Amino acid sequence: MSLKIIKAGVLDTIQDPGRYGFQYLGINPGGAMDRFAAQVVNILTGNESSEPVIELHFPSSIFLFEQETMIAVGGADFSATIDGEDIPLWQPVIIAKNSILQFEKWKKGARCYLAIKEKLDIPKWLGSYSTNVKAASGGFNGRALQKNDTISFKEKNDYKCFLRDKDFVILPWKADILWKETPIDRIAIVPGNEWELLTKESRKKIFKDFFVIGSLADRMGYRLQGTLTAKPNCELVSSIVSFGTIQLLPNGELIILMADHQTAGGYPRIAYVASAHLPLLAQKQPGDKIQFRFTDQEHAEELLFLQHQHLLQLQNACKFRLEEFFQ
Amino acid sequence: MENSASYKIYFVNDSAAAIDFGNVIDKDINAKAIALFNYLTQHPIEGMIEAIPAYSSVSVHFDIPALRKRIPSHKKAYEWIQNKLNQVMLNEFTGLETIPDLVRIPVCYDDEFAIDLPWIAAQKNLTREEVVHLHTSRQYRVYMLGFLPGFSYMGEVDEKIIVRRKPEPQQILAGSVGIAGKQTGIYPLNSPGGWQIIGRTPLKMFNKDNIEPCLLKAGDAVEFYSITSEEFDYIQKNSPLLQERVRGEV
Repeated sequence: MSLKIIKAGVLDTIQDPGRYGFQYLGINPGGAMDRFAAQVVNILTGNESSEPVIELHFPSSIFLFEQETMIAVGGADFSATIDGEDIPLWQPVIIAKNSILQFEKWKKGARCYLAIKEKLDIPKWLGSYSTNVKAASGGFNGRALQKNDTISFKEKNDYKCFLRDKDFVILPWKADILWKETPIDRIAIVPGNEWELLTKESRKKIFKDFFVIGSLADRMGYRLQGTLTAKPNCELVSSIVSFGTIQLLPNGELIILMADHQTAGGYPRIAYVASAHLPLLAQKQPGDKIQFRFTDQEHAEELLFLQHQHLLQLQNACKFRLEEFFQ
Repeated sequence: MENSASYKIYFVNDSAAAIDFGNVIDKDINAKAIALFNYLTQHPIEGMIEAIPAYSSVSVHFDIPALRKRIPSHKKAYEWIQNKLNQVMLNEFTGLETIPDLVRIPVCYDDEFAIDLPWIAAQKNLTREEVVHLHTSRQYRVYMLGFLPGFSYMGEVDEKIIVRRKPEPQQILAGSVGIAGKQTGIYPLNSPGGWQIIGRTPLKMFNKDNIEPCLLKAGDAVEFYSITSEEFDYIQKNSPLLQERVRGEV
């Protein structure tokens, strides 16, 4: 017994980079919505970037740690505290036995990630730790975390010489995550196979208009209010869709498919989000405004590659700092 | 199978490409897509994460950073993928078609399960018995799985019972058998859905603890047969994992 939920949040699940290899059975990959934040918090604690993390929505669960633990929190800012005292985002923290982690106030973003160096001890389902709520499989008992759930850790570490009777110690390294403080994010998109099904006017409009994320915005997808139009008679047989596919609904609304997307769909796939920009989108919630900017396959790939390089650099730097600190 | 059909390659996102044989529901084209899927599964391309077959296309997903490490540094992964998939398409996928099993599925078409059957019968000027007879008197092909774990897109229903989807999705219970257009399918889990529901099977179409978690696979053949509500209860209680499967017998 290592981590106990003393109050349940609205939707807190265990996620990893996703479940691949089973979409041919209709089993979707799921996984963390903000893959970037999930990797960064793991890296900060010295974990592999693919280790499972807890994805939190606000209001979030309250956690009791029953052993000394190293954690890192990042992504959305929900004002994390240990025993009532603020802890920073994007920085590893060692916490004492019987500490309470809670998230007191929503500040920005939609999803916050909690990484645990001692590693969650849960079984894999079809090669992944991600929770698939619909299939009631994976993660912790195939569901969101509930009051009185206790999750064991795989490791036990002795941090007494660092804690010295304090409730927690903030470690002296952090990830520089530039939260762009722009009021409206410009999400890079690449025209998809059914791009030409948009009317000529709509193909211009999509890069000019602002789009408001509608009230139907969850782990499956975001509806965007809008008035784009497709040419008539563009019915499609079901074909493959993915995280970031932008579909045009018959009523002119757009839907961006997110982590828990269906594996196949029949609406025109007019564009897709550059995957390096999916983390930005994953931090949006109903009412937020976005704008689209045009990019192409080559630049989308480059953005993805640069993001990956950035994570590798961070991983090397954190490994070095950890070795230095614990020697 | 001779690789004569024309195809198109396009990107589904910055890490996945589709090989598309055309926007159609066609047995031969679907068999070709499944043969290509089987080929890719047996001979995975460098950096490939998975391949996914649909009605008339296969998409191939890649780990781009891993792939970039293995290809010449001046090359973009997307160009390499495009070339590679064109090379793959030079193969003839002879003998790679999935050997279909014939799976017989019991369905109770009684009122308590067949929530849209009265509406279909009225729309089509048929009796309920006629609708059930039409649905149970032919063999269907499983074209693809998608939408939900184990949800089977099957076709094609008799043209006398082709009906449109519901205008708004409703909550549908696991096991429900529906019709949408020429397609028929089974909901493996409770889910919102827009298909017109004509009955329910007591079988578990999806079982997370099985090595093969889904009862059906793309390429299989399915026959439905009508059961009473007593039989439904009996099977659900005693043998929801019952399989009437004839391997390779179609």
